[in-house]
Amino acid sequence: MKGRTGHRARLAVDMIACDGRGLCAEVLPELITLDDWGFPIIARGGLPPELQGQAGEAVRLCPKLALRIER
Amino acid sequence: MTATALAATGSQSLWLVSRGSGLILLVIFSAVMVLGVATRTGSKSASWPRFAVAELHRTVSLFAVAVLVLHVITAILDPYVSIGWIATVLPFASHYETLAIGLGALAIDLAGAVLITSLIRNRLGLRTWRTVHYLAYLAWPFAFIHAIRAAPYDSHIWWITSIEWGCLAAVATAIITRLLSRARPDATGAGPDAGAPGRGPRARAMR
Amino acid sequence: MDWGAIDSGGQRSAAGWQRRESRHRQDPAGPRPARPPGQLPRLLPDGFTDEPTHLGEHLARHGPLPAWGGALRWREELIAEVELAGLAGRGGAGFPTAKKLAAVASSGRRAVVVANGTEGEPISAKDKVLLAQAPHLVLDGAVVAAALVGANEAIIVAHSAVSDIVKAAVVERRRARADRIRLRVVPAADQFVAGESSAVVHWIERGIPKPMATRQRLSVSGLNGRPTLVQNVETLAHLALIARHGADWFRAVGTAREPGSMLVTLAGAVRWPGVYEIAIGTPVREVLGRAGGPSVPLSALLIGGYFGSWVDAEAAAALPFSTEGLAPVGGNVGAGLVAALPASACGLVETARVTRYLAGESAGQCGPCVFGLDAVAGQLERLADGRGASLGLLHRWIGQLRSGRGACKHPDGTIGMVRSALEVFSAEIDLHAEGWCTGTTEAGVIPVPAWSQS
Repeated sequence: MKGRTGHRARLAVDMIACDGRGLCAEVLPELITLDDWGFPIIARGGLPPELQGQAGEAVRLCPKLALRIER
Repeated sequence: MTATALAATGSQSLWLVSRGSGLILLVIFSAVMVLGVATRTGSKSASWPRFAVAELHRTVSLFAVAVLVLHVITAILDPYVSIGWIATVLPFASHYETLAIGLGALAIDLAGAVLITSLIRNRLGLRTWRTVHYLAYLAWPFAFIHAIRAAPYDSHIWWITSIEWGCLAAVATAIITRLLSRARPDATGAGPDAGAPGRGPRARAMR
Repeated sequence: MDWGAIDSGGQRSAAGWQRRESRHRQDPAGPRPARPPGQLPRLLPDGFTDEPTHLGEHLARHGPLPAWGGALRWREELIAEVELAGLAGRGGAGFPTAKKLAAVASSGRRAVVVANGTEGEPISAKDKVLLAQAPHLVLDGAVVAAALVGANEAIIVAHSAVSDIVKAAVVERRRARADRIRLRVVPAADQFVAGESSAVVHWIERGIPKPMATRQRLSVSGLNGRPTLVQNVETLAHLALIARHGADWFRAVGTAREPGSMLVTLAGAVRWPGVYEIAIGTPVREVLGRAGGPSVPLSALLIGGYFGSWVDAEAAAALPFSTEGLAPVGGNVGAGLVAALPASACGLVETARVTRYLAGESAGQCGPCVFGLDAVAGQLERLADGRGASLGLLHRWIGQLRSGRGACKHPDGTIGMVRSALEVFSAEIDLHAEGWCTGTTEAGVIPVPAWSQS
């Protein structure tokens, strides 16, 4: 979703809250991959509008509430 | 006479539905507990990704609420026993089987808290949500004892008792598994060990 | 004063913090005019001294701070002057100071100033030496900064080795009623990450020296929710001088893009390890020359500290010591530290030791840092021991630990240093793969505190 400034929304992880459970990567594999220790690596380039819904799911599913969408 | 018979049948039906739904509810509630533990513990299986277990836990919980409503309404409406509406949520307000119904009411209160906090989890923050969620471990035993004691006449029916004790076994196993996995140092469920033999704080627990 | 005691690791390090005797002696006879612009040292006292500069001497040397009535226009003018001067943070990040001041000042709320003298980097000693020798300059800077951002309190977080000196200086000022704002000294925590800005705030607030996962910048909401200015103590010292002498005076040394002087810690294989004040842009060879030059032939330099980069000694010798000047070899002045590695030492061994130390100093809050740095350190140790490391795995992990994987820059900085090591010591890597090592001296040229399991 592009704002008026043209900036895309993006996914951000609170790495201190994150516990490497990996649910986010299951739901949003297009943008989130797991490193060798189970922690999320978020692809650069922001959140494309077509993945907005899935991203919302991932945010909701995170057991540590570590994922958020920043606009 | 038809009216009385009808009334009697109606009353009989309500009573049956109330007991039946109660048993089903116990099974479903037990499934919710097991799924809840499975969301956190144990390694990922290929066909059941973590988020699927989490979603299933959520879906089944909501289904349990529906069955709970049925169970409570039929129990109250049943003229054979007198349980006021208030006794549903206020423990020990019922004159009939005070302890048993009371525990059921407590279970409803606790489960209600768990449900509401889960629905607004994003606004509450993790700590509050988690503290309340742990009340589920209290709600289930209350529900179980309620199940056993609220319909004591059912204890003679072998398959009912089998189901009840089966539920206990399932939930107990889930809880023990959870406790055991917590005792292990790398209980974070983090990714596979990539083979680094480095010394150092390998097993440092994550906050 | 026992300079050897100034060592966060409790281990006697190679740097003895002794200053070379200068040709100039301090003239005790009355107040002096502003230093000629091009002359160093500016921050550190002239000549060898083992006593902190007292308030009287400080005022005699630098003159008093200009008086101000707290007028808004004065604040804006001084911030503009600082911007003109081009002062950048001396804590390692090099963030433009005027920008930071403006950000905190514009909040409109009561702010607080934190002078960061934690210096968690074990081999770096510049902040300790500055606080020990010229505490009043730092305190002046804190007071000026407080006036600029609208704070009525400044907290000086000083390394435990020098916090008593700073406390004594504060008492001196209080007795002389020198300042309008409240000054408070807090001894710093001892960990490596304790010097990070949010970690310092966390330390003051709750006694936990770990970076915070803040949604808001410190300039908006920091210590106790107030707009907070966290500034390295050296930066504040420069600020105190800019307030007196102006931007042109400041720019008289240094380069056009990176003006001013800076304190550097020279450690490792140099004749006289210690803290020196140099003009930014001085050729690296000359910088090392201040410490008497290399004591033995060198192979590489670690520039900028543990989060800096390794550079080839020959390649760097003629380059100007500035971020711009060192860019061709991938270097960055960082917190002003140069550790010289002799050719007789093995760069891989030293890198492995430093990386293992850094992995152990992780705050332990973020998975990639805790597990990733440990894994990388493990592979580097295997590489150094010639035990057959997997370079593929090492590069894979370095790729996974790219920027921003943690709540602070600890993993970023460490991996940056490791990357540079793999480049500079690539020949050594090939040798180790065959079972050879060029190192003939014992490991431990680069001082690393004895690592203890925390």
